[in-house]
Amino acid sequence: MFMRNRKLLSFGLFLVLIFSTVLAGCGSGDKKETSSDSNGGKTLIYGRSGDSVSLDPAVVTDGESFKVTTNIFETLINFGEQDTSLQPGLAKKWEGSKDGLTYTFELQEGVKFQDGTDFNADAVVKNFDRWMNGNADKFPYFVSMFGGFKGDKNAIIKEVKADGDNKVVITLNKPQAPFLKNLAMTAFAIASPTAFEKEGDKFGDNPVGTGPFKFVSWKRNDSVTIEKNKDYWQKGQPKLDKLIFKSITDNSARLNALKTGEIDLADGINPTDAKTIEDDSNLQLLKRPSMNVGYLGLTSTRPPFDNVKVRQAVNYAIDKEAIIKAFYNGQAEVAKNPMPPVIEGYNDDVKGYDYDPEKAKQLLKEAGYDGKKIELWAMPVARPYMPDGQKIAEAIQKNLADVGIQSKIVSYEWATYLEKLTNGEADAFLMGWTGDNGDADNFLFTLLDETTIGSNNYAYYKNAEVHKLLATAQSETNEDKRNDLYKKAQVIISKDAPWVPLAHSTPLLAGKSTIQGFVAHPTGTDKFNNVDIK
Amino acid sequence: MLHYIGKRLLQLIPVLLGMTFIVFMIIRAIPGDPAKVILGQQATKEAVAALRANLGLDNPWYIQYFHYLGGLLTGDLGESMRTKVPVSTEIWSYLAATLELSLFAMILAIVIGVNAGIISAWFQNSWFDYTAMVFALVGVSVPIFWLGLMGQWTFGTQLDWLPTTGREDTRDPVTAITHLYILDTIIQGRFDQLIVVLKHLILPAFALATIPMAIIARMTRSSMLEVMRSDYVRTARAKGQKMFIVIYKHALKNAIIPVLTVIGLQMGLLLGGAILTETIFSWPGIGRYVYDAISFRDYPVIQSGILIIAFIFVMINLIVDILYSVIDPRIKYK
Repeated sequence: MFMRNRKLLSFGLFLVLIFSTVLAGCGSGDKKETSSDSNGGKTLIYGRSGDSVSLDPAVVTDGESFKVTTNIFETLINFGEQDTSLQPGLAKKWEGSKDGLTYTFELQEGVKFQDGTDFNADAVVKNFDRWMNGNADKFPYFVSMFGGFKGDKNAIIKEVKADGDNKVVITLNKPQAPFLKNLAMTAFAIASPTAFEKEGDKFGDNPVGTGPFKFVSWKRNDSVTIEKNKDYWQKGQPKLDKLIFKSITDNSARLNALKTGEIDLADGINPTDAKTIEDDSNLQLLKRPSMNVGYLGLTSTRPPFDNVKVRQAVNYAIDKEAIIKAFYNGQAEVAKNPMPPVIEGYNDDVKGYDYDPEKAKQLLKEAGYDGKKIELWAMPVARPYMPDGQKIAEAIQKNLADVGIQSKIVSYEWATYLEKLTNGEADAFLMGWTGDNGDADNFLFTLLDETTIGSNNYAYYKNAEVHKLLATAQSETNEDKRNDLYKKAQVIISKDAPWVPLAHSTPLLAGKSTIQGFVAHPTGTDKFNNVDIK
Repeated sequence: MLHYIGKRLLQLIPVLLGMTFIVFMIIRAIPGDPAKVILGQQATKEAVAALRANLGLDNPWYIQYFHYLGGLLTGDLGESMRTKVPVSTEIWSYLAATLELSLFAMILAIVIGVNAGIISAWFQNSWFDYTAMVFALVGVSVPIFWLGLMGQWTFGTQLDWLPTTGREDTRDPVTAITHLYILDTIIQGRFDQLIVVLKHLILPAFALATIPMAIIARMTRSSMLEVMRSDYVRTARAKGQKMFIVIYKHALKNAIIPVLTVIGLQMGLLLGGAILTETIFSWPGIGRYVYDAISFRDYPVIQSGILIIAFIFVMINLIVDILYSVIDPRIKYK
């Protein structure tokens, strides 16, 4: 009895298998070449490496969440199309007082949230009230960028008030130079007060903003679908009817999906795949302006790197050009400062260190380096600023051996890696940073100030003079004076050599050649207002 | 029999309890602070401290553990630290995705593996035997991710026959009812979508099926060879029974017991081991769900995810044990 059933079952299954294979074969003819869905609308599928955490921009810190929310919500101030200059957004114009303590915003009129609620001064105030009465657990980015919440001693924002229907006045406790840049970050987009008051903690599942697209559905770990907001206040936008964000973790698999037409646009393209995309007439290679730095950190509390001469020697020993040619496929420029040249306050007069092994050997001799073998930490994950940590570490290992420094390459799983770096457990380590708001403070202070030891200052770099410069710059509202402070800091940092700055890379994307109007933003959050499909 | 099943189910309790404890301790022993990972590199120390307090991470481990156990007893699997979504509300959709994929893969592995093994044993040392066994050897050795990527490249990019990612056409998504898309599309009468869903299954299922298929084929072959040398098979053949009947009716029955053990084990491994396949094919299954949770140190998701995978693993073993006695009445459980 059992046998007969089993045979029947196998036979049935074979039929299913053959059936589906035949179907698969036949199916190749009706491949969806166009991007239209059944209703004839224009749909674009954007493949990316991970899913969003939440669609409430205020509660998250990850780029994948912002990629979606920046198209549902809008900020008072926008970044420029391909830079971080300040442009009007939901605020038509704004004005800061001389002392840098009061900002007045004049709002766009006639704007409505996607649920029909009016966008006005009252709505803006309610958003700020929501954030300022929160806590670090709920609104982590708010505390990172604005110091604290209502009543905290480090809080930057004192109060936010409506002045009539279309004017908002923000008063600060102390001046904050990058204040307007911070406001332009997607995390501080204005949400519909009706919606977040009604939804509470569930707002992230039903986000409502003023943006060009409105939320439709979210299949977690798979895709987020948003569709055209027909009542969008900027006429003629958006051009797409539907925009779908699809998570495809593996870079190669994502490129495969682009080639088969399952997606229309792919983020996170390996530099090594650039050539095949350029050679394919159906595809176009898209470049994201660089706003990052990849570096080799030298923990200055650990011998031999507690000696500045050894750190300088390592800077001379490493052939950055060769590394960029080999592992970034040329899609990067050599770094000499801890921040990329697009950032205001970049000091181009800093000479940096050329590749000079002889000089390195001489410096090591002067330093009395004892030949102690060091650990060289390789980043375990690929990032645009560090496409292949293991291979780059091997190249550096060779460079170091050439000048007489023996090293052993080690690596840990990513969360462990970060934890150990925070504790200052590495001798030399590969690491990098992508800017949040395009401000110098977000690189220099965040990564190299003595107060950030234990968070992002993994090199444990400490210099009183640099600290003074960076801290002063935070509240200096005169742009020129502020830039001068950063330029001075870069000179000292270069001389102290807590890092070997390696590269500012150009992150790559690829899309079908029919896509028009897509402009990749350096922050990684791309707006689809003007994107169209031919 | 019922008594036996009851006893086995009771034994589950200490097994699962012990497992929660081990998983709980291991994930806390590895370095990496969930609060820091969740808040990102930008986070201030104050924010990290506040989040730790809120997540209860500053309590001693035994308080955290009993808190978790208490929740489990009331059916609360906890809530993701990162997305704040309760594990119980979202785990079924991931589990269903993995079940659909691994059942499909297992059926492939069994149908092809068992038959290939039988034919190899039947025609021992023939060209079929050699070819099949070389394939089986390659099958157990080849890395899944390579096989997956090659499958995508060949059947997706080059031949354009099969889709390479996900479970459905993103432009025409399936409305989830049971989250088993084959069932869902049938229930809704969307046979056009059923075809799309089946097409999406083929590449990942083959990638996932390769290793178990090879192991099953080798096991079946060696087990069959042994049985076919036994007296009763010779008697059956001497009686003039057709070879096909001898093999499929008489020999297979005795040969299948060790194969069944392997199938049970492989099925369990598939569930947990689908991570690579799920990553390459962007399959929103439980393997990727737990894997992502590990990289984010999302303790409740790791704990409950592994608990559920372990539960299924143990249940499959129980089913296999029961099947033994169904196939071979000499095996009796008390």
